[in-house]
Amino acid sequence: MRKNLNVIAAYSIMMGLIILVGIFQSWNIALSIFNLCLISAVMTMGANIQWGYAGLINFGIMGYTALGGLAAVLISVNPVQEAWSAGGSNILFSLLLIIGMVLAVRYVLKKYEKSKIRTYIIATIIILGIIIIRFVSEPGIEAIEEVDPAKTGFLGGLGLPIIFSWIVGALFAGGLAFVIGKVALGLRADYLAIATLLISEIVIAIIKHEDWLTRGVKNVIGLKRPAPYEVNLQQTDWFINLVEKFNANKLNLISDFAERQAALNQFVIEGSSVFVKLCYSGLFLVVVIILLILTQKALYSPWGRMMRAIRDNEEAANAMGKNVVKQHLLIFVLGSAIVGIAGAMLVTQDGLFTPGSYRPMRYTFLIWVMVIVGGSGNNFGAILGGFAVWFLWIEAAPIGLYLVNLTTAGLDETHALKVHLIESVPYFRFLMMGIGLLLIMRYRPKGILPEKIEIK
Amino acid sequence: MDFANAIILLLNYIFVPALTYGSQLALGAIFVTLIYGILRFANFATGDMMSFGTMFTILFTWYLQSVGISLGFLPTALLAIPFAIIFMIGYMLMIDKYVFKYYRVNKSPPVQLAMVSIGVMFVTQAVVRIIIGPSDRRFFDGEKFLIKAGEFKEMTGLNEGLAIKSTQVLTIIVTLILVSSLFWFLNKTKTGKSMRAYSDNEDLALLSGIDPKKIVMTTWVIAGILATIGGALYGLDKSFKPFTYFNNMLPIFAAAIVGGIGNPFGAFLGGYVIAFSEILLTYAYRKFFMYVLPESMEPGGLVQLLSTDYKFAVSFSILVIVLLYRPSGIFKGKVL
Repeated sequence: MRKNLNVIAAYSIMMGLIILVGIFQSWNIALSIFNLCLISAVMTMGANIQWGYAGLINFGIMGYTALGGLAAVLISVNPVQEAWSAGGSNILFSLLLIIGMVLAVRYVLKKYEKSKIRTYIIATIIILGIIIIRFVSEPGIEAIEEVDPAKTGFLGGLGLPIIFSWIVGALFAGGLAFVIGKVALGLRADYLAIATLLISEIVIAIIKHEDWLTRGVKNVIGLKRPAPYEVNLQQTDWFINLVEKFNANKLNLISDFAERQAALNQFVIEGSSVFVKLCYSGLFLVVVIILLILTQKALYSPWGRMMRAIRDNEEAANAMGKNVVKQHLLIFVLGSAIVGIAGAMLVTQDGLFTPGSYRPMRYTFLIWVMVIVGGSGNNFGAILGGFAVWFLWIEAAPIGLYLVNLTTAGLDETHALKVHLIESVPYFRFLMMGIGLLLIMRYRPKGILPEKIEIK
Repeated sequence: MDFANAIILLLNYIFVPALTYGSQLALGAIFVTLIYGILRFANFATGDMMSFGTMFTILFTWYLQSVGISLGFLPTALLAIPFAIIFMIGYMLMIDKYVFKYYRVNKSPPVQLAMVSIGVMFVTQAVVRIIIGPSDRRFFDGEKFLIKAGEFKEMTGLNEGLAIKSTQVLTIIVTLILVSSLFWFLNKTKTGKSMRAYSDNEDLALLSGIDPKKIVMTTWVIAGILATIGGALYGLDKSFKPFTYFNNMLPIFAAAIVGGIGNPFGAFLGGYVIAFSEILLTYAYRKFFMYVLPESMEPGGLVQLLSTDYKFAVSFSILVIVLLYRPSGIFKGKVL
């Protein structure tokens, strides 16, 4: 108990802060912060197993998040029959061609020794393949995108409950990570960082512009929900009774019946959105706890010890007969899959998929700030980082506004400088993140909750 | 005649824009490569440092314009750049003193320095957006075109016009002057030589009495000059928007690595490799083939290899291919 005191203290402070937001701002805001904190926590756990356990630097988090989001679309949206009949066969045929191309390349790689000729053969296969695929898919894509472009214009998904997408998102992200890992894991740390950053940009470019698959920048809205809809809740009897019970004290003060009814309605509307958010919180919390248990178990297992050995001294681990390349690939895939889950969760919560909103600042660098600030190598630290940094990211604007008002208190309300500063309040969050990261890196390089290795 | 038209078409839509864009990338890539070669870390704040320098250029341009000073047909920004460079160098040295020095002295691994540069990126981005705002700004004044498309058509009697913007010529000339003086500095002067020695083998360089403090300072000064001029040229040619500058970091990194990181000349050429391949692969060649091929063989579609949406993806794919097959870059830089 005693040695975990700092963990408990840190988490209590964090929860206290969120509760304070609930009391002073509103429970709605507090819960939406809390939900996104949970999603961030999943992302940081993914990044943490790569960076904290194995020392692999992955700046492609944005790409895996977006793939998770794509999974949510492809699983939950109902299939667009017209589009399938218009161009489905072309797309399926192109898919077969891609598989054939990959198999051909694999065959050449296995069959022939490494030589210039082999490289040329592979290049020819790929270039020819791309040209043929373009010819096959082009008419199909055009036909699909012409099917009611204002509403659909894409193939749609499978029409399954969106919860499944959390697993599929993990599979997508893990699959991408497998390919990237095969290609890039041999690179030195900072090159790997750049390569993964660039590859994630390619993923986003594809998601943004392949309208037949993702609707691109036209966005997919109104995804199915695992939680009830506010509008339905507001008309359900048990829910109204529940809200009445909760607010009995306040309602009893009002004697007039009409006024009481109006107040109750207000409470029901507020309560319904809080209730929906609570449903999400519950779902997310389950994911976070399952992942936490699994990652903790892994950390203290022989496998976790091996990963740390590889991280701390690759050559020594290699000499002990550990397959460093294979383990690196494994952990790269695992970590990315977890990020994929988070991506699907994020889209599930928002109910919409907006490829244009995936930006490296928010989905890659911010997650890294979370991992570093929280404490790499320590799962509790990573989760705490997710909570603390996301909390600051949201609350930075009010804090910034307060600071601006405080420092420019002597100035006139219409003073140009004051007006300008108040306009730029949203950017104070970048400043706070940057300064926070720099301070932590300098004075507490292991993060708020540093890695603690105890041999059990 | 048709053949001449085709050539002019390519010049107008591919060669001149790619040469300009390539020069802008090249300056950034040399900046990245110098920091990597001498300070030994990948600087993720590159794009934002360039936007920081450009911001000062814009502020000074506004000041000069408000006082009524201008350069006639040249943009006023040229006059503002030297002042901006001074501020930029001050900023760079300050960052180095308060942030990077600590890690350098402690011999931290390069990854840690890269992380620190992300912190610097956040701060710089915030400062730029707080001072000048996130919106699109144009600060170009003076004569816009050297050759206008219409005039060119009249002059030569061709169907295709060739338009050359003055900013394009300016970019290319300034880049050539800057890069050649940089190479002269690195290859001929004593400080330049010691910088190269330091980049090549730090221990040997220290042993032969080279002062590391001086090397680091010179590097930041050169980096400040490159970042400001590169950023200002890009802003003059297109427009200044902090988010675009942040994104430009990606092709710049690609250029530096393709050219062989740590090798300034490679970075210089890498900029053009990236720019030309981006534009060549995303240009629609339909009109070109209409001029070159006989009428019966005219293509039906746009004859575009990739849609322009994938402009960035092209440079990244090149980077990935280079990393796979020639990890030290086309022009042999540091081996990974």
